[in-house]
Amino acid sequence: MDRFTWSNGLLEMNETLVIQQRGVKLYDGEDKAKLDVGIALLSTHQLIWRDLKNHECCIAIPLSQIIYFEEQAAGIGKSQDPILLNFLKERLTEELSQKRWESTPMSQPIPTATNSQTGRTRAVGIVGIERKIEERRKETEKNISEAFEDLSKLMVKAKEMVELSRSIANKIKDKQGDITEDETIRFKSYLLSMGIANPVTRETHGSGTHYHLQLAKQLGDILLAPLEERGGMMALTEVYCLVNRARGMELLSPEDLVNACKMFESLKQPLRLRIFDSGVMVVQLQSHSEEEMISSALDNVTDKGSLTAEEFAKLLGLSVLLSKERLLLAEKMGHLCRDDSVEGLRFYPNLFNSQA
Amino acid sequence: MSFEWPWQYNFPPFFTLQPNVDTRQKQLAAWCSLALSYCRHHKLYTLGIMEVQECPVFNHKNIDRKLSTEAILIVFEELRKKGNLEWLDKNKTQCLVMWRRPEEWGKLIYQWVSKNGMVNTVFTLYELANGDDTESEEFHGLEEWMLIRSLQALQTDGKAEVITMDDGKGVKFF
Repeated sequence: MDRFTWSNGLLEMNETLVIQQRGVKLYDGEDKAKLDVGIALLSTHQLIWRDLKNHECCIAIPLSQIIYFEEQAAGIGKSQDPILLNFLKERLTEELSQKRWESTPMSQPIPTATNSQTGRTRAVGIVGIERKIEERRKETEKNISEAFEDLSKLMVKAKEMVELSRSIANKIKDKQGDITEDETIRFKSYLLSMGIANPVTRETHGSGTHYHLQLAKQLGDILLAPLEERGGMMALTEVYCLVNRARGMELLSPEDLVNACKMFESLKQPLRLRIFDSGVMVVQLQSHSEEEMISSALDNVTDKGSLTAEEFAKLLGLSVLLSKERLLLAEKMGHLCRDDSVEGLRFYPNLFNSQA
Repeated sequence: MSFEWPWQYNFPPFFTLQPNVDTRQKQLAAWCSLALSYCRHHKLYTLGIMEVQECPVFNHKNIDRKLSTEAILIVFEELRKKGNLEWLDKNKTQCLVMWRRPEEWGKLIYQWVSKNGMVNTVFTLYELANGDDTESEEFHGLEEWMLIRSLQALQTDGKAEVITMDDGKGVKFF
């Protein structure tokens, strides 16, 4: 009983409550202590007993000081619920074995355990730290080996998958007539989306692949309507999102999208891939006339006196990125000039040119 | 007579160095002419970089725009290339502004001299720049360093000769 200390019963920052049990009586040895009916709270760090009638009366013992505990048959009258008591006992055992208080020490110094090694109180602390380090090392080792277990399993599976795809691709090659070209394309794209390189064609990039040609044709069909809606121009990132969202399952990789788009011209599609000076890539309708866009941009700017990229975007319903590109292009062609200040970047009609 | 600002002065882009090369050329030309006419109006012959940044020419408080130091130096470099500016030190903190080049001054002075039939006469520098006779002339009040350069320009042309006298310098016109 003398190892209990008065406490305020509040938990520390790193401490968590594990379980609480009502109707607990404290006994000191064989005698019943002055502490009668209360609640026992088990936390990760200590065992607290609080008097139900007098909440201020609260004592605690740090778990590190509990060397041993045993279950005793309940007193006369079986006032305590045996199931709950069992539970409490289990939790206490667990807490004692986990020794969570050791990894998250409380701010108040816990008086060192008075066990048989009283002469070496300091050593206990170091041994505790060493033990902690050892535990951590073992834990890490376990984690790593577990992770690698999965990886080797994954590698085995991947190898199987590649073999499977190779055999199927060969079968496709052999039985050309049975499977339509379209399905072949779909199958290959499925594999590609899973990250397995297409086993049939050796090239994964470049402008010669059959796959990219087919894809370009597909894109030419899919993108016409959205392009019309957006004024004839879409950033490549927008295209990527649109196409992949529509596909759902057989997603395109960015490289494939770019390679397919590069083929628009050679396939005489009504679309073009265009790269601005800044590196921004867009897909635009071939019918899209840049001069028209520029002159209308100039009209807009002249109309409003001056415009920022954001204002222009709002005016036209374009994305800010594309509206900025258009303004920059107009500046490059000498129709606009810029005003760069703390207020932001604004574009004005180029009066240096037009006015004497 | 108060100074008349050109239309560019109220045009915010004027204070941003333009990335478009052609636009920039026109911009810099406008800056050079503004700087020179401002100096001419206020009869400024030397400029210090520090004060210049706060000068109303480069710092238009009304529209809250100012030309960056980098851009000011670019404008000055343009002026230097045209022969209108000379750095007094290597660190480019002080410079001479020749809103009229020495040759141009020389021409003006010689015109006055020949108009008044004073060829072959000797003048002291003081007489020329500060004498009563020249009060109505533009070169009246010309700072000595500029006067000397102008006369040296005439000298190169064979139209004058700078002579050293007891109490200073003088010039004889041919």
